[in-house]
Amino acid sequence: MTAALDRRPVSAAPTEPRPRAAIEWGPALAGAVRKLDPRGLVRQPVVFVVWVGSVFSTVLAITDPSVFGWLIAGWLWLTVLFANAAEAVAEGRGKAQADTLRKARQTTVAYLLDGSEVPAADLRPGMRVVVVAGQVIPGDGDVVEGIASVDESAITGESAPVIRESGGDRSAVTGGTTVLSDRIVVEITSKPGETFVDRMIALVEGASRQRTPNEIALNILLSSLTIVFLIVVITLQPLAIYSGAEQSLTTLIALVVCLIPTTIGALLSAIGIAGMDRLVQRNVLAMSGRAVEAAGDVNTLLLDKTGTITLGNRQASEFVAVGAASEAEVADAAQLASLADETPEGRSIVVLAKERYGLRGRELDSAVFVPFTAQTRMSGVDLPDGRQLRKGAAGAVLAWVRAQDGPVPPEVGDVVDGISAAGGTPLLLAVAHGGSARVLGVIHLKDVVKEGMAERFAELRRMGIRTVMITGDNERTARAIAAEAGIDDVLAEATPEDKLALIQREQSGGRLVAMTGDGTNDAPALAQADVGVAMNTGTTAAKEAGNMVDLDSDPTKLIEIVEIGKQLLITRGSLTTFSIANDLAKYFAILPAMFAGVFPGLDALNVMRLSSPESAILSAVVFNALIIVALVPLALRGVKYRPASASAMLRRNLLLYGVGGVVLPFVGIKIIDLLVSLIPGIA
Amino acid sequence: MSSTAASWLQVALLVAALVAVHKPLGDWMARVFTTDPAPQPPKWPFWWRGGGGHWRVERLVYRAVGVDADSEQRWPVYLRSVLAFSLVSVLFLYLLQRVQQWLPLDNGMAGVEPGSAWNTAISFVTNTNWQGYSGESTMGHLVQMAGLAVQNFVSAGVGIAVAIALVRGFARSGTDRLGNFWVDVTRAITRLLLPLATLAAVVLVLGGVVQNLSSGTDATTLAGATQFLPGGPVASQEAIKELGTNGGGFYNANSAHPFEGPSAWVSLFQVFLLLVIPFSLPRTFGRMVGDRRQGLAIVGVMAGLATASLALTSWAQARAGGAALQLAGAATEGQEVRFGGPLSALFGTATTLTSTGAVNSMHDSYTPTGGMLVLANMMLGEVAPGGVGSGLYGMLVLAVVAVFVAGLMVGRTPEYLGKKLGRREMTLASLYVLVTPVLVLTGTAVAVATDTGLSSLLNSGSHGLSEVLYAFTSASNNNGSAFAGLSANTPFYNTALGLAMAFGRFLPIVLVVALAGRLAAQGRAPVTAGTLPTHQPLFVGLLGAVVLVVVGLTYFPALALGPLAEALA
Repeated sequence: MTAALDRRPVSAAPTEPRPRAAIEWGPALAGAVRKLDPRGLVRQPVVFVVWVGSVFSTVLAITDPSVFGWLIAGWLWLTVLFANAAEAVAEGRGKAQADTLRKARQTTVAYLLDGSEVPAADLRPGMRVVVVAGQVIPGDGDVVEGIASVDESAITGESAPVIRESGGDRSAVTGGTTVLSDRIVVEITSKPGETFVDRMIALVEGASRQRTPNEIALNILLSSLTIVFLIVVITLQPLAIYSGAEQSLTTLIALVVCLIPTTIGALLSAIGIAGMDRLVQRNVLAMSGRAVEAAGDVNTLLLDKTGTITLGNRQASEFVAVGAASEAEVADAAQLASLADETPEGRSIVVLAKERYGLRGRELDSAVFVPFTAQTRMSGVDLPDGRQLRKGAAGAVLAWVRAQDGPVPPEVGDVVDGISAAGGTPLLLAVAHGGSARVLGVIHLKDVVKEGMAERFAELRRMGIRTVMITGDNERTARAIAAEAGIDDVLAEATPEDKLALIQREQSGGRLVAMTGDGTNDAPALAQADVGVAMNTGTTAAKEAGNMVDLDSDPTKLIEIVEIGKQLLITRGSLTTFSIANDLAKYFAILPAMFAGVFPGLDALNVMRLSSPESAILSAVVFNALIIVALVPLALRGVKYRPASASAMLRRNLLLYGVGGVVLPFVGIKIIDLLVSLIPGIA
Repeated sequence: MSSTAASWLQVALLVAALVAVHKPLGDWMARVFTTDPAPQPPKWPFWWRGGGGHWRVERLVYRAVGVDADSEQRWPVYLRSVLAFSLVSVLFLYLLQRVQQWLPLDNGMAGVEPGSAWNTAISFVTNTNWQGYSGESTMGHLVQMAGLAVQNFVSAGVGIAVAIALVRGFARSGTDRLGNFWVDVTRAITRLLLPLATLAAVVLVLGGVVQNLSSGTDATTLAGATQFLPGGPVASQEAIKELGTNGGGFYNANSAHPFEGPSAWVSLFQVFLLLVIPFSLPRTFGRMVGDRRQGLAIVGVMAGLATASLALTSWAQARAGGAALQLAGAATEGQEVRFGGPLSALFGTATTLTSTGAVNSMHDSYTPTGGMLVLANMMLGEVAPGGVGSGLYGMLVLAVVAVFVAGLMVGRTPEYLGKKLGRREMTLASLYVLVTPVLVLTGTAVAVATDTGLSSLLNSGSHGLSEVLYAFTSASNNNGSAFAGLSANTPFYNTALGLAMAFGRFLPIVLVVALAGRLAAQGRAPVTAGTLPTHQPLFVGLLGAVVLVVVGLTYFPALALGPLAEALA
């Protein structure tokens, strides 16, 4: 497993899905044979009808043997097998991940506070266990005492350890992860067998897969089409007898199987499983398929500013000199003051000084770094030559300068206000030397919108999705950033209650809302949202409230989740259209084969000029079976999705899968006919 | 003027008239069925006056039925009202036919046989107006006026009411109320059908359609023979026969009879009458859902399909085979020379596309391709533009199916007019699509598989099959036109076709009203750039294609053995 190492990727480019092995047909076919049990097939009415047809045609082939009869029976069984294999392939892809997860579940012993041992399987919610360095955490829970670094790679694939501590938003630990240092006391929150890992295993294996609302609706439409075609063929026989063209049962079964929507019927569950799998590949776990579907319908995206829209931290964008100081002097002082400052802001000052003023890093022997504290609200450096450089919040630095009777140039106030107004943060830079202090200038820190975000938001707008930025900043700052990133709306100085209220307001207008969150106070909003993506770094409460968990804790992924949801529905719709469009060619193959003997005029319908009636019917059946195999990769991958307006997407997919679905089988059946007609007894 | 030019001109005239009328008529219907603001009735005459948006004459009806006209119904109640009303209508009409010989104005007719009476009762209540009997020799004037003509009005009213209920389902949100059936059906008659039918009847009388209570006269023909000419209240019944897309003729020869369709322009006027309400209802739909473009899209699909069908039928009829026919200009068998080929094709197309079933020429005598096309028109499910009301609700259900598949292709849970199409909605729509094919194909299969069914066939081979297929298609789709060549007044056909008509009418109505209830209860999703636009040409084309594909895939095999085998022979 590989995953992005950076918790907060700088680029907004879609995260690379984990690489996938090629489709493993071997185990899939074994699975397909196991799935031939009709009790399981009843759930898929279309495949079940093919199964019944296969049984009948086999009996007919035995009682009245012929090459044609056996070939039809064989290919009908293959059709069922291919349909089963499609599902098995999709399920197989989750197996590898499930196996890794199972290893994580192997903890057997837990240590209670009094030092006694209990089997992990006996842990109940509310029990407290002690976990020390090197031990595996026996179950899901919250840290109630202590702090530790934890290796969560078993679940997230992320090798860098994370900090878990009691209280706050980083208290949740997951069973199966390993404590690397220190000692923590964990209060268990889940019952055995219902832990996060257990749920993950069930999800990736598709074992607990519930069919989603849209899948059910589509299944109903397909069932109804199946019934129509059953009636069409059952009533065709009396009409054929009346016309003096009685058909063999084998031919009628072949016609039914060709007409009913086998392609989509066979691939429907594979599409659903693959949709979930595509999320898993991106390290997102959806707790239900319903949530994945809802993601495609989302109208409003609530995005946290920090980490999603902007880089996690503010960055220096310019040095403004005040008083007698020159800009170069400010840059030089700012760099010196920040060389030892390991905060992102400090590093960004060094970077700016280098990029804009060509100042290289210097070795500062015997300089004393003054770190930032909440009391001083300043940081800086004391140089060997006696100079003291300080940077920090305007008020703190001004107080420091005034305390040494230093002058404050009148324009400082204007510069500071100007930067604030533009949505930035002003850092004042001052120097004290030989008992006198003075303000040198102001460092302008600003939120940097991630590269590519504006384009992605424009895409979302074209897809009809409104974006709302959530931030604790004041309204003015928020608006400035929103305008730069191309966000539609902002919720400034947002409290959790505000978030919840916003979601309810949107929903009352019939909109579906998606959001991300990690804190306990996000839980109500996560639960209220139609798609709530909890960060894996977040609290248990947040993870319980959301219906998806992002193991990479990357809020930007919300956009990808929406796209995967859409892609899932598009794949279903496109293959349904394709499947139904195929029927036209099959009629043109089978009807003349059935009736041209009695009504020679009907041979005019044999536009493909198929070589014989048997060959025509067999070719249609073979095409019908092979197209399932051919489309399995598409079903697993999902049809190509490019963000566009609904009409553009409809036009494209109709052309590709509607018109393509009409034309392709004419070509395919003709080619198969050329091969099939070589079989003795068919031509 | 050449006959080609004349045929173009009459189509152009018809289209122009429909375009001109559909706006005011559609808007008027929207007003009639939108309770507030209540349309204020004219101050004259006295019996129109009434308070609260109801006309006085309507209040009388409500009082007689015993309903509170100001309370709306939930969908099960609305549905029960439709079904109860229809059941009572069937019983009344059956009884009236059985006892007509003891009632006044019996015109010397005997009581109608039970089988035929049941079939006719169902037929007229379901707006099918299939006639297994010969009008002028079976029904007295009282049955014609108090029974058949009344059903012509109310069965059309029921169709409109159900369509309006479905439109309300789309237009409303978050409510369990669909309106009041009794108010809807009453207003459909008092404010729409009665005034229009009266106007139309006057025009028809001016055009030479008879209107009297005479029991007929004996006339001496030019050749000196004596002929009995039955008279009756024809014009009054003829008007609503077309306007309500009923189609049950006063005479057996229907609109081909010189007293029912005396001249070419009267026949063209009849075509206008049978098309005018179905083509105006989409406008009403657009108005009521607050987006006229949606209505325009629906009418666009209807008009597109109708135009294509008319063009194909006219072409098929004009290129009829054989030197003699070509010399005459087209197929002329079974057609009235005073109408001519093009007008016959126009009437035939319009009557089968609208569930009317009136005829001014005999479809049995059409060329095989022409016959197949009028048959296929009905197989479309009577949606282009379909019967009054039933055409709109049929097309809207197909639009739901089209939106479902297309909506998936744009990556959203499909929604039509802001209504999500989930499991329940799709169950109802899927079953709707299922009903008629099952009835048509099962009926046809049973008929050709049994000796009783086969014994009524006057033709053998493909043409015989076409006749049976036509009968069941016509009955199940509530069209009522006959291919002839089939002696349908037998116990088997009276029963089987009666069942086909009843199920073909009421099963879809049950599903539509239930669907309306589901839709009205939903909220409304907002329209965004990600929503599938259902008012653009792309969707119009898609919906047209869905209609054709559903029909094509269902009926292709049956058509292949019937008219297609005949056409390609």
